[in-house]
Amino acid sequence: MSLLELRGVTRRFGGLAAVSDITAHVDTGELVGLIGPNGAGKTTLFNLLTGVYAPSEGAVLFDGKDTRGLRPCRIAALGIARTFQNIRLFRELTALQNVKVAVNLRARSSLFSAMVDTMAQRADDARLDGLARECLTAMGLEQVADTRSCDLPYGLQRRLEISRALATRPRLLLLDEPAAGMNPFEKQDLMQLIRTIQTTFDVTVLLIEHDMKVVMGICERIYVLDYGQLIAEGAPAEIRANPKVIAAYLGEETD
Amino acid sequence: MQQIAQQLIYGIQLGSLYALIALGYTMVYGVLRLINFAHGDVYMVGAFVGFYACTRWLPFKDLAAHPEAAGANIALAVVALLLAMAICSAMGVLIERFAYRPLRNGLQKADAHFWGLVLGFPITGLFMPVFSGWGPLVAVAVGMGVGFAMRPLVAWLARRVKLSESRLNALITAIGVSLLLENGGLLVFGANPNFIPNILPEHTYTLPGGVMVGSSQLTILGVSVFLMLALRYIVMYTRPGKAMRAISHDIEAAKLMGIDTDRVIAFTFALGGALAGAGGAMVAALTHVKITPLFGLLPGLKAFVAAVLGGAGSLPGAMVGGLLMGSAESFVAGSSLSMFRDAIAFCVLIIILLVRPAGLMGRHVPEKV
Amino acid sequence: MRWLALRTVTVVGCIAALAVVSKLLSANLDTYVFLVVIQCGVAMTLAGSLNLINGITGQFSIGHAGFYAVGAYVGAAWTVLWQPIAVRYLPLLHLGTPLGDTLTLLIAIVVGAAAAAVAGVVVGLPSLRLRGDYLAIVTLGFGEVIRVVILNIDAVGGARGLTGIPTLVGSGDLAFFWVFGLVVAVVALSRNLMRTTRGLTWLAVREDEIAADAMGVDTTRVKVTAFVVGSAFAGVAGVLYAHYFTSISPDVFGMDMSIIITTMVVLGGTGSVSGSLLAAIVLTALPEFLRFMQDYRMVIFSTMLVVVMLTRPQGMFGHGEISFATFRRLLGRRRAGGAKP
Repeated sequence: MSLLELRGVTRRFGGLAAVSDITAHVDTGELVGLIGPNGAGKTTLFNLLTGVYAPSEGAVLFDGKDTRGLRPCRIAALGIARTFQNIRLFRELTALQNVKVAVNLRARSSLFSAMVDTMAQRADDARLDGLARECLTAMGLEQVADTRSCDLPYGLQRRLEISRALATRPRLLLLDEPAAGMNPFEKQDLMQLIRTIQTTFDVTVLLIEHDMKVVMGICERIYVLDYGQLIAEGAPAEIRANPKVIAAYLGEETD
Repeated sequence: MQQIAQQLIYGIQLGSLYALIALGYTMVYGVLRLINFAHGDVYMVGAFVGFYACTRWLPFKDLAAHPEAAGANIALAVVALLLAMAICSAMGVLIERFAYRPLRNGLQKADAHFWGLVLGFPITGLFMPVFSGWGPLVAVAVGMGVGFAMRPLVAWLARRVKLSESRLNALITAIGVSLLLENGGLLVFGANPNFIPNILPEHTYTLPGGVMVGSSQLTILGVSVFLMLALRYIVMYTRPGKAMRAISHDIEAAKLMGIDTDRVIAFTFALGGALAGAGGAMVAALTHVKITPLFGLLPGLKAFVAAVLGGAGSLPGAMVGGLLMGSAESFVAGSSLSMFRDAIAFCVLIIILLVRPAGLMGRHVPEKV
Repeated sequence: MRWLALRTVTVVGCIAALAVVSKLLSANLDTYVFLVVIQCGVAMTLAGSLNLINGITGQFSIGHAGFYAVGAYVGAAWTVLWQPIAVRYLPLLHLGTPLGDTLTLLIAIVVGAAAAAVAGVVVGLPSLRLRGDYLAIVTLGFGEVIRVVILNIDAVGGARGLTGIPTLVGSGDLAFFWVFGLVVAVVALSRNLMRTTRGLTWLAVREDEIAADAMGVDTTRVKVTAFVVGSAFAGVAGVLYAHYFTSISPDVFGMDMSIIITTMVVLGGTGSVSGSLLAAIVLTALPEFLRFMQDYRMVIFSTMLVVVMLTRPQGMFGHGEISFATFRRLLGRRRAGGAKP
């Protein structure tokens, strides 16, 4: 069974269908890419998967469970975590604190025990601290744990977002343009990192990316969106040769 | 039935005043996304200008003694109205320049001077008994001296000013300006309520069905409608009006297109101030309401609610919202729930924000200012 | 076990210290100064509790006087109206005895806190749909509605106010004990919250609600909880105020009170617990000491408010906390500076 399944998902804004009738699936352990020109509806699709928007039609099934009507926090608890295209860190908090917010999904203590500072609370906090640091280390951020996230350089902010998403212990990780704004060396590093976390954290990855080198280099399977519709699906080599994809990216010849 | 119609007419009178004030809120909100809390106090200043114009500055004649002076008084009343509008629009510009612009652009030297002066005068006032023998000129001179001495203090405080994105900051600044105007008003105008004797001829017309309409009510409605039409013309067809609309869509883009946003924002405050001033002066001269330095607070809040009700940023919304608010208040005041007349505004606000946060016309009318 | 012992010692020690200080102060302090100290304590609780909502969770609530009023009125209503009935069935509550006084006050505190918490839920619910200054205005409006409603309830005196509340807080010179006990409670709770992993979710809601939601933070729950806890503390502050000053009237809890409390939090630096407490002291004590300024007082006060907002938008103390570490750092810097040639 697929980990994630989309059945005819459509989302309209007013009269415009930002995403229309998408049927797709992501299997456990895969690393799937989602590409398409600007405005093709990729981020909208992510928003539909994470519950920011509800689909106008169709259903999103995660692990066989319909996620319709669930708030984003519930979906995160089910095991879908994401990063944002325009970085959304908790700016005033340190890197470690950013990750700790997410690690709360795995907390055992209650709010009340946090307020009165019980023994169990302290033990749990120590455990959570360990988990959070583990996520930071996985992305190579242990050096900047106590730096305010808005003071971090851009590349590290992107990594911190991934690290924060990992802290929710997701089964499916959605990465929205993780390599945007990075130089070729940083991109190489990032590709390596994504592969590593995929195995060490045992997580399935769905990523949006514009850089074809990155996508073709690490994805096992690729979906292509254009004007809200799925126009192609397949292995990187197939996608590269697909005339529809080429047309979508380069424009069709008209004469 | 007759009573309902009577309430409605009072509601429309009240509502057109709310609409005048609400337009100022909505325009400023449109361009700056700022709730200009001090706007109700500008309205108060307008009322006081009206009051002083009618009782001291202009040679109005008491109609009881000189019934023949009615025509001259009406002409003077127009002058008083224009005076109130001019002073209040200057006031609006001043508030924008020294309280809100530093929030956007950082505190400049001129701002430090200004706030130093503002601080200097009340501090000097403390020692008023000492100067009282020397005459007011000396006191003013000392006040300015102390004010300039305060400038380095303000500048020192601002030595590492960091612009804040926080809307709460802007709101608190606006509240501070409002408090300043109210307490400054108490100091300048005194706490005793004032009202204006009859200076304009008063007729009462009886409509079919026995409903009474006063000439003052008609005047308020007429002037309000005229001003609103004028505003609509300015906003829709003049260059600064177009610039205002551009800014309300996207201030950054407007800047890039070469619009001097600071000037247009100042212009917006001037327009809003003029409308509020007109409203205040009319209330002072025509309704025999007792005016105090605090009396702008409630109408201001209610007008704000009217602006939100109509959809913040939408001009027709503010007008409709104002009329609805006025009618609602008039009906509540006329019913057995009259003690809740001041609470009704907030109930309306809470309901509208929960049910339709964009306001009645917030989305349907793309015309935003 | 060691932790439990330590905790017990801390709590008992705090209570004992507060009680001793309370006795000493009420015996030695000038009545007027003592009054100001108590007022400062109440203001500190109000500022600290609003800081939970406004500073830590980032919800612009500026109608805090409403919760304060609900607590004060419901607590006082219990003592004045219902306690005399209850005492018939529970002779233990008999006023005049230390036990009866304390029990009555404790019940007033619980009742007042509960009522204010309910009001907090009612006001907190809009925060789920509204952001920024819209929420601010709605909360301000709620505060005003609460005041108008009280104004029209004859059983609690309406516009005349409610008088003749027994001075349960003052009896036995424990006013300081109760009021500052509450301050300590607010501070301890805020501090614990800020230190734990759980508390970070509150800050996350302030920083970026959408991201917090995506990271599995139940933002709805956080916001409503913040409102409930914050308003409950304001309610208790109201109960103590009512039982110290023995009379309350609706105009104490007007919009200006709300604005002053908000100002404390903003001046203190949003999110900074110590900052808001210090600002509470300054803003309560300063006008008292400026009494000689009479009419000019409020003008200077409001001008200062604007000037501070323009010159230090992050508040007097920013997001930082004033703690022993701050002093150590300051001292350290001075030493380092002195060591330079």
